[in-house]
Amino acid sequence: MNIANILARKGSMAVTVRPEQSIREALGLLDRHNIGALIAVEGDRPVGILSERDIVREAARNETFFVRLVADLMTRDVVTGQPHDDLPSVAHTMTERRIRHLPVVDKGRLIGMVSIGDIVKAQRDHYQGEVDTLQTQLLADEGGRAR
Amino acid sequence: MTPAIGTAERPLRVAVIGAGPTGFYTADHLLRSARVVEVDLFDRLPTPYGLVRLGVAPDHQKIKFVTNIFDKVAANPRFRFFGGVEFSKDVTLADLKAHYHQIVYCTGAQTDRRMGIPGEDLSGSHPATEFVAWYNGHPDYRDCTFDLTQERVAVVGVGNVAVDVVRILCRTPDELATTDIADYALEALRKSRVKEVYLLGRRGPAQAAFTNPEVKELGELADADVTARPEEVELDPLSRAAVERSQDRARQKKVEILKEYARRQPIGKSRRLTLRFMVSPVELIGDGAGNVAAIRLVRNELYATSTGALQPRATDHFENLPVGLVFRSVGYRGVPLPGVPFNESWGVILNDKGRVLDSDTKQPIVGEYAAGWIKRGPTGVIGTNKPDAAETVDCMLEDLASGAVLEPAHPEAAAAEAFVRQRQPSFFSYADWLKLDAIETERGRAQSRPRVKLTRIDEMLTALGR
Repeated sequence: MNIANILARKGSMAVTVRPEQSIREALGLLDRHNIGALIAVEGDRPVGILSERDIVREAARNETFFVRLVADLMTRDVVTGQPHDDLPSVAHTMTERRIRHLPVVDKGRLIGMVSIGDIVKAQRDHYQGEVDTLQTQLLADEGGRAR
Repeated sequence: MTPAIGTAERPLRVAVIGAGPTGFYTADHLLRSARVVEVDLFDRLPTPYGLVRLGVAPDHQKIKFVTNIFDKVAANPRFRFFGGVEFSKDVTLADLKAHYHQIVYCTGAQTDRRMGIPGEDLSGSHPATEFVAWYNGHPDYRDCTFDLTQERVAVVGVGNVAVDVVRILCRTPDELATTDIADYALEALRKSRVKEVYLLGRRGPAQAAFTNPEVKELGELADADVTARPEEVELDPLSRAAVERSQDRARQKKVEILKEYARRQPIGKSRRLTLRFMVSPVELIGDGAGNVAAIRLVRNELYATSTGALQPRATDHFENLPVGLVFRSVGYRGVPLPGVPFNESWGVILNDKGRVLDSDTKQPIVGEYAAGWIKRGPTGVIGTNKPDAAETVDCMLEDLASGAVLEPAHPEAAAAEAFVRQRQPSFFSYADWLKLDAIETERGRAQSRPRVKLTRIDEMLTALGR
């Protein structure tokens, strides 16, 4: 399984923000879409990622964080994925580097985002499916009839 | 007061399109829910089970045992099967909307991806799925022909379809004669002159999609030697690091099995199967008369993407491998259904967790859903479609609770059957299928085979006395 299989059943594109937008606007987007991170884009090229963490960190020490800009708080060193990256590799990299949200790009263009939750769910379903299929075959060993 | 939809007085009526594993899992989840649901399962073919009957290899009967679970689903009095009824041809979306509260598309991934290289359409180059459908007795493919007088064959891809195809090509007639392979395919394979079979993988042994039991089976073929090139099964530094890091024992074991194949000496069996890695086809070369004569390969190297996934990249080393027959198995795609929004990038119905979305607004379309390969793409084993179908059914029940269902003019089971009968008078019910099943099994018993399949629709009608 790869990232494309996750994006295929996520109808919505990644929610994006422009670097020059305010944190107040960014919070509005996070709230409206009920998500944990926004991808900052220039055109359709991802240039940063703004997570709820980034905002909490600033809010803890700055009463006026609302008026700061996305560009000030976003993480610029963004790891991106590609549609054909396999899930075990992606899961490993996200876990090791403590990444919760991975923008997915194809030929430099943002095409979606997967979260660590998406990856965990996809892998769980994958293993569940394998277990189920193996169990069925074991039952076949116990003298069942097949077509 | 009108009773709520999903009660005994007013059951939720659902049409499921496609009677493969996902169609049955979807029906199962719906029928087990707390609501009262009636499911009509449609398939364009007279027989149910989709790829379990027509895709799973005939020498892998155990995998087909899952049909016992499907039969239990079908025994529910609130389940009906309408076989031989094609969506958009026999029944349209508008027809279904007039009879059902919800419609679920479970139509799978019905076409193969093309390799996109010159010569792909030369005579002797086929999608592997056509060969699979042929040897499994698919009514639409039973009359395909493959030139099995060729001695050298290449199968492109290392997924389970590719492995099935090489195995069927390498099996002896005696090995195949105990399976439910289609009779005409058994006859054709009996006369096969195939001697050299190549399985071509674009990445290395550590990335190969085939499972360990599948690769072990290749080493135990009655009359085919298996071999690999030592330099191709040796892991490159990136793959070695990835395998060690992941501590994935199964993957380590797979590489060990392949290394053992590379050390094997042929012991004079009639056929030879060569497993190749790190090569991609760049061209099919013709013989001047329109037939495949060779496949041109480029050697690949692997590089790590930013997430650490290993992908192939062509080098400037080429070779020509003489072959007269090529089967491509480099991936599958869903086929768009008329009137149903499609996501061209992924080859699936445009959806969010199974809710079909409007192409423009990207908002859910009331009453339409997708599950299985047409929802997420062709990945996973049969059982993977069970949690996938469950996710879709959860959305359906949520929408039922919020009142977002269709308002059919004729939400009665009898009305639906009457309209199907009018459109397709010779449709096949599940009772019909169980009769056909008994006939096929009986025919098989005489030859000590699991079954002898009926492969023509008129044959099936005759067998049913219709």
